[in-house]
Amino acid sequence: MGGRVDSHRPALSERSWSLLAYGLPLVFVAAFFVFPLAAIVERGLRSSGGQSTLDVLADPMTRDVLWFTAWQAALSTVLTIVVALPASYVLGRYEFRGRSVARALLVVPFVLPTVVVALALLAVLPDRLERGPWAILVAHVFFNVAVVVRIVGTFWAGLDPRVSEAAATLGAGPSRRLREVTLPLLAPSLTAAAAIVFLFSFTSFGVVLILGGPAYATLEVEIYSQAVRAFDLHAAAVLSIVQLLAVGLTVAVALRLERRLATRSAGRRERDVLRPPRTKKEKAVVATSLGSLGLLLGIPLAAVVERSLAAGDGHSFEAYRALTDSTASLLVEPWYAIVNSLVYAAAATAIAVVVGGLAALAVAEGGGEKTARSAAGLLDGLLMLPLGASAVMLGFGFVIAFDEGWLDFRSAPWIVPVVQALVAIPFVVRIVVPTLRAIDPRQREAAALLGASPARVRREIDLRIGARALTVAAGFAFAISLGEFGATVFLARPDSPTLPVAIFRFLGRPGELNLAQAYALATILMVVTAISVLVVERAGRRPLGWI
Amino acid sequence: MVSSQRALAVLAAAFAFAGTGCGGGSSPSEVVLVTHDSFVVSDEVKSDFERESGLTLRILQSGDAGEAVTKALLTAGNPQGDVLFGVDNNLLSRALDGELFESYEPRALETVDPRYLLDSEHRVTPIDHGEVCLNYDKAWFAERDIDPPTSLEALVRPDYENLLVVENPATSTPGLAFMLATLARFGEGDAWERYWRALRENGVLVVDGWEEAYNIRFSGSAGKGDRPLVVSYASSPPAEVIFGDPQPLEAPTGVVETSCFLQIEFAGILRGARNESGARELVDFLLSRRFQEDVPLSMFVFPVNASAVLPEVFSKHAVVPRDPLELPPEMIEANRERWVDEWTRIVLR
Repeated sequence: MGGRVDSHRPALSERSWSLLAYGLPLVFVAAFFVFPLAAIVERGLRSSGGQSTLDVLADPMTRDVLWFTAWQAALSTVLTIVVALPASYVLGRYEFRGRSVARALLVVPFVLPTVVVALALLAVLPDRLERGPWAILVAHVFFNVAVVVRIVGTFWAGLDPRVSEAAATLGAGPSRRLREVTLPLLAPSLTAAAAIVFLFSFTSFGVVLILGGPAYATLEVEIYSQAVRAFDLHAAAVLSIVQLLAVGLTVAVALRLERRLATRSAGRRERDVLRPPRTKKEKAVVATSLGSLGLLLGIPLAAVVERSLAAGDGHSFEAYRALTDSTASLLVEPWYAIVNSLVYAAAATAIAVVVGGLAALAVAEGGGEKTARSAAGLLDGLLMLPLGASAVMLGFGFVIAFDEGWLDFRSAPWIVPVVQALVAIPFVVRIVVPTLRAIDPRQREAAALLGASPARVRREIDLRIGARALTVAAGFAFAISLGEFGATVFLARPDSPTLPVAIFRFLGRPGELNLAQAYALATILMVVTAISVLVVERAGRRPLGWI
Repeated sequence: MVSSQRALAVLAAAFAFAGTGCGGGSSPSEVVLVTHDSFVVSDEVKSDFERESGLTLRILQSGDAGEAVTKALLTAGNPQGDVLFGVDNNLLSRALDGELFESYEPRALETVDPRYLLDSEHRVTPIDHGEVCLNYDKAWFAERDIDPPTSLEALVRPDYENLLVVENPATSTPGLAFMLATLARFGEGDAWERYWRALRENGVLVVDGWEEAYNIRFSGSAGKGDRPLVVSYASSPPAEVIFGDPQPLEAPTGVVETSCFLQIEFAGILRGARNESGARELVDFLLSRRFQEDVPLSMFVFPVNASAVLPEVFSKHAVVPRDPLELPPEMIEANRERWVDEWTRIVLR
């Protein structure tokens, strides 16, 4: 196990390499997720007063809330996948003008604060928009389509189209090819995307509050009202454990499925797979699937833009102009929030790509011996949990976990990107792992046979093929950090608000200009998101000198 | 130019991550104010304090008032800062029971109307009050030649059918205050229950938060909704003037004075504060005329210091409710959850 050196640069020894790949992500998630969450749950369970554990568990309300949370999340997931599949296909198979722009635009809904979109929608469609479960489902589809298109579309672009073509030559019709060839090949990425959408919908908060109306609550909403409104930390802790168990179960099932469904195929580079739509029919497929999705996502976004220009009975750019003025609603000029958001997002993306990339390698390689497999599975599951944990409990966890001596960084500025990275890492792992797993081991074996060291194999094969997925993941991680609100609002310092935080400050104040400025910042958030995703992905197209 | 320098400073600060003790610990040259998201102070006033005291004022905001108090309760004895500002009379009892504060009696208290002094032990100092009141859309009522309501009782009349939007007390602070106003008016029991049943029959609309109620549903705000009556604040009319584009000569909205519920915000020195003398200076400052005259335009609330002069836009367009409804904090703390549950049963189920 000595440090072998290849011709280009010193390689890490195998042992220290896997120590790093497992160790760093593990330490990260243990320190910034497990520790604070355990601290607050332990405190809650210890605290008396309020309801007892049995009271909470036996309360029929808990059962109702859990049931509603679970079924709306399951249905949201199915709907999101159905809606996102055509666009994933088109973006994973065809090269056409505006493809990368379309990919970037699709991410925009995902980062917008739920409240802004919901309010803009209510403003534009006041009476027709019914509240209740349907509105919740539609909103979840709107926000999560990007997750599916990103994960599945990226994976699709790495599938060898000749497999399906061969089936066609053998006489299989389009639906049979989809059923028997394409879907089984896509299955691991579909499971990965489904798991994430499910977790997001399961812990949905703002959407449920605003669009569900007062009669509907998810576990997350209930935890919040127990912790903050009733200050019954005991009940909040018990409910968080219930939520965490449900989430853990989901993650375990999803990861098992993802691993079992993993298929080996020669991993393809995107540029070898994509081709322009040739026939009229293909062009029509591209246009209609992207067009209809564009319409679904575009209406609420257009509503936000329209609201940002509203002034009296007409329209004006006043709200944008006023972004450079000091305001009574923030401690700094509003445009500052743009700079803050970009800085935080850059830091968070760097953390997420390093930690998530290492974890993805560990997880994808851990397919060999049984112990390695279960270690990899555990790490993978652990990294997913932050997506399904209660944001408010984690926020409270931070203030009690990190409060002593040198550990007192409750208000350190770097805590913001760290928390944002916590949310972004699962995406990096989910996007990169299916691609790495799809690499035919014979490619690695062949390279090794030709004399490449393990490190060189890793760099030349895994990294090269995984790089595309990694840049897609980086772009997405950047977008996630730009839009993260739940934890950021807890931890961001008032003199450095991010865009979502600034939007909320404006929404919370009376006056026409404040409202218009909230929408103006939301519009800017959309533009910044689309551009950043585009830039990050462009940068990643270049050969891999930088890895 | 100034702004690009500031941007660079932000960049530099954000990249200077490496844990160089930039944590919660405040040195004696610094005083840390823990508060909620709505706290704003103008730059000049903040630097006045820093210049006079020689202290750097650091502000930590942590969610809404409920979240800020919860955080303070979780860190009681080892607080994140020196002073907590933003406990209101609805949360006061919870905060006092949690033994969050050290007693301190600022000299300027003599300028404060005794009705705002809710804690005889001076663990908290009143800083501002901002009543929650029904607001109405003046133009809407004028166009239809209907008088706006003048009392809570009037809201159940057929004239006002389908005109009112309120916030859910389970999720919204003004919503809770309005529910408490009706409890203060009708007392717990049958009359109160009948009142809300009648409001429900008269088409009251319940939404989750102030943002939706005021910005979307209310007809008197920029959202141009279809409900001319909303639960908001006594200071909302002057805000409509200041943030109007162009600024109107007269406020487009008015306040139903008899519907107002008293809401006082307090500051207190946190037990275990690292800079206790700085904390005292800060509380003194919060009660000084300099800060008190700043609060109307920065936070849209009224000063408690009787010697503070209101800005013109407030004296012209705001109504300071003369005799707002109120309930003792201990009573609110003891019954809040039960009342909200009953309200939910009556109004939503």
